[in-house]
Amino acid sequence: MDLNRCEAYAQCAFQAPDVFAMHGEEALMYEPCPGDERREQVMRAAASCPVQAILVEWPGGPAVPEEAGTGARG
Amino acid sequence: MTSATLLRRITDYAARADPYPLYAELRRTPVARQEDGVYAVSTYWEIAGLLHDPRLSSDPRNRVPTAGEEDILEEEQGLPPSFLRLDPPEHDRLRRLATRPFGPPDSLRRVSDMRGDLARMVSGLIDGLRDREQADIVEDFAYPFPVMVICNLLGVPHEDEGRFHVWAEAIVAGLDPGEEGEGPAERLRAAQRARMELGRYLAGLIEDRRRAPGGDMLSALAAGHGDRERMSPLELVVTAVLLLIAGHETTVNLITNGMLTLLRHPDALRRLREEPGLAVPLVEELLRYEPPVQLLPQRTALADIDVGGVTIPRGAPVWLVLASGNRDPRRFPDPDRFDPGRTGNEHLGFGGGIHYCFGAPLARLEAQVALTELARRLVEPRLVEDPPPYRRNPVLRGPRHLPVAFDGCVP
Amino acid sequence: MPAADGSAEEFRRRGHAVVVGASLAGLRAAETLREEGFAGTLTMIGDEPHEPYDRPPLSKQVLLGRTGAGDTLLPRRRALEARWLLGTAATGLDLAGRRVRLAGGEEVRYDRLLIATGTRARPWIKETEATLDGVLTLRTAGEAARLARRLDARPRRVLVIGAGFTGSEIASACRERGIDVTVAERGPAPLVGALGGVVGAVAAELHRAHGVDLRCGITVTALEGDQAGRLRCAHLSDGTVLEADVAVVALGAVRNTEWLAGSGLAAGPRGIACDAGCRAFDVHGIVTDDVFVAGDVARSPHPLFGYQFLSLEHWGNAVAQAEVAAHNMVSPGPERRPHLWLPAFWSAQFGVNIKSVGVPPMGRELAVVQGSLTERRFAAVYGHQGRVIAAVTFDHGRWLPFYGRLIESAAPFPPDFAQVDRAPGGPRPIPAEFPDPALPTHGPTVTLSGYAPSERRVTFVPARV
Repeated sequence: MDLNRCEAYAQCAFQAPDVFAMHGEEALMYEPCPGDERREQVMRAAASCPVQAILVEWPGGPAVPEEAGTGARG
Repeated sequence: MTSATLLRRITDYAARADPYPLYAELRRTPVARQEDGVYAVSTYWEIAGLLHDPRLSSDPRNRVPTAGEEDILEEEQGLPPSFLRLDPPEHDRLRRLATRPFGPPDSLRRVSDMRGDLARMVSGLIDGLRDREQADIVEDFAYPFPVMVICNLLGVPHEDEGRFHVWAEAIVAGLDPGEEGEGPAERLRAAQRARMELGRYLAGLIEDRRRAPGGDMLSALAAGHGDRERMSPLELVVTAVLLLIAGHETTVNLITNGMLTLLRHPDALRRLREEPGLAVPLVEELLRYEPPVQLLPQRTALADIDVGGVTIPRGAPVWLVLASGNRDPRRFPDPDRFDPGRTGNEHLGFGGGIHYCFGAPLARLEAQVALTELARRLVEPRLVEDPPPYRRNPVLRGPRHLPVAFDGCVP
Repeated sequence: MPAADGSAEEFRRRGHAVVVGASLAGLRAAETLREEGFAGTLTMIGDEPHEPYDRPPLSKQVLLGRTGAGDTLLPRRRALEARWLLGTAATGLDLAGRRVRLAGGEEVRYDRLLIATGTRARPWIKETEATLDGVLTLRTAGEAARLARRLDARPRRVLVIGAGFTGSEIASACRERGIDVTVAERGPAPLVGALGGVVGAVAAELHRAHGVDLRCGITVTALEGDQAGRLRCAHLSDGTVLEADVAVVALGAVRNTEWLAGSGLAAGPRGIACDAGCRAFDVHGIVTDDVFVAGDVARSPHPLFGYQFLSLEHWGNAVAQAEVAAHNMVSPGPERRPHLWLPAFWSAQFGVNIKSVGVPPMGRELAVVQGSLTERRFAAVYGHQGRVIAAVTFDHGRWLPFYGRLIESAAPFPPDFAQVDRAPGGPRPIPAEFPDPALPTHGPTVTLSGYAPSERRVTFVPARV
């Protein structure tokens, strides 16, 4: 997380509430090494960051989450 | 062609289907004074800078009215402005209070918990197309879906949609700065009347929620958060009007623009079908490529501002042309290409700075769910008309109808 | 070796790059080398056993027990293909022979060297007291793990010595976990060295509002243990004896330059002097062309701030300077870039986000331009010789880029324009109340240190408290 860039839009906390949380109005807390089960959430958060302050690396993983559609499949 | 007429050509309905060549022309002068005194800002870095510039006010009371506007501004005594049109500290306080029942830190999961409901609504709407060969994506899907969502979220009875739809249309038309139809002054007056009526309707609803609260946002706003600071009854009504309108009139365009763009880029449509995770970056790219809010026409310079080699004088109205900044080649490589996998997509689709779109997380989620499912379930969808007929509004821009033919739906 | 004789292209193709320091700056520099097409061999030397990890979470998430101290590894921007010598300290440098000596006696040859050895926590002044069980510092993952374990054990009271950013963040974490904490600060307020007394007073209110027993103008004169060697209490300069199970020494950082003693580089307690292109100076003040410096251990002249040599213990500086250093390592002269990063940092404490740009301690005066000090939500700018030199925000971070541009454009101070949320009558400049630089305070994050090396003779002086 580049917290110099971060402007506390909280989009990551909306997208990945298990990984990012606002601590007060503008201070961001996050889990630096979230488990693989959080991958989809983290990819959402990184994509939606208005200032692109989130750098993500997954061991050998693709740059795009596998599943980002709906919970219900028809 | 002088820049004086350029902005007018952009707001002219003839440009609605494709304003982008005009934006490219506008970018030749990053900060361009128009003959009516408006300063149009059209390049990425200049817009981004001004979105963070405390010398730019969003409060209409700071405007030096242009000829013919005085009486309208004076009449703005019906409902006070919402936080969208306020500056700090009032803006900050009201937005903070509105955020409490909506997002972090107080309501961490309100939006993410809506995913299942959203998916069910989308499934239901697409099920309704099963026996058809053609649909209007706007009327049959992109309009009703966000309306259901915002009604559920706020706690507004969906049956009343017919009533507030008329008010919403009038309010949104008031944002149209163009010269067509009755002209901006008449539209502004009609918008004010509609805001009053919608406000009266919502005030009644809020009173109901105060007496019998539910799990919705209006109940939470009416209840306040213990004895910490809270909204006055009037502020509450004004905020409710804003949220209902914003939830009502912007996401419809995001989804419709999205479907239109996908149908124009069959590769992207196929990729989304095969790889639903693509929806996440795709929606960001959509917000860059076809943003539902094209420009912010309501800012005012509180001081002389030097930007882009020009001094915007104190008191001047400033238009930030977000959709043009999103296509600025100095910021985005190959800006006119729709690239759903684009990285580092720091687009201006939701604005920026303290007025960054309040409902952005919800709009994203709605668009991701909607487009993924439309792509997956409609068989061989194709445009019936290209370009489709557009709404008149150049600010909240999107198709009025989007007729699409298809060969049925998969479950 | 042609590479060192100025053939950047030769170096790029088959040179040997060595990076000493495997933390944020070292990692980002290595990535940039590869990014810019460096195809030679790359050796990463780090004294800690861990792969590069991120430090800011150590004083926040880790102390709150939300994240393990070993779980802050830095995400990689790309694959490196490097030889990693971790848990291996560099112990010496042979400039003429282009060799780095390692703790085990091994030597590593380089064509171009990047030094990013950073800093370590300044230890407690008295060695015998520093070894008491319960006396800790916080800089590395290992230290964070030890402190987190102590907090898990619910100590009766934690004493934090020094109310700089790290000390304040530790106090904040303690309070959030419901642990009693006393903060002893020699200066008149927390953060006073970094942000001055006016903003420090706001920070003091934050401490107290969250139940910190904050004692300013106080020093710890002695730490006392029991017979088992466990910390029992601290003696304060006002005569108080304070019982505490844990004392965290948060008195700033010491730069890791001892290993360069006698090497002929301009390295000392204040860091390694380098030019704006990140090339290290030798003791004569002559710039080298094969030794580069980045991160906390570097100090380099910044044109925006009178060409003063700035030492910036800032996360963002480490990244930016590493990128410039690496670029310059593989680029011929005309393509080299200066490191012109606008200093910026953040701190999260007591639920407030504090951000800053520029160099606040250079400011004699301060003006609150938005919000209010009493609400602890504000933006303030610092003035130096009639221009804006720095800005700080408390929960007003979205406005900061604007003030950054004011600094970059040498805008007049006090700002004389109308803006939103402006105090009636406009901002009034008041003294920023930085302590006399001759008096020591706890942990300023920016050290201003004179003009280009002008000493005729330079001798290495080991770091001393």
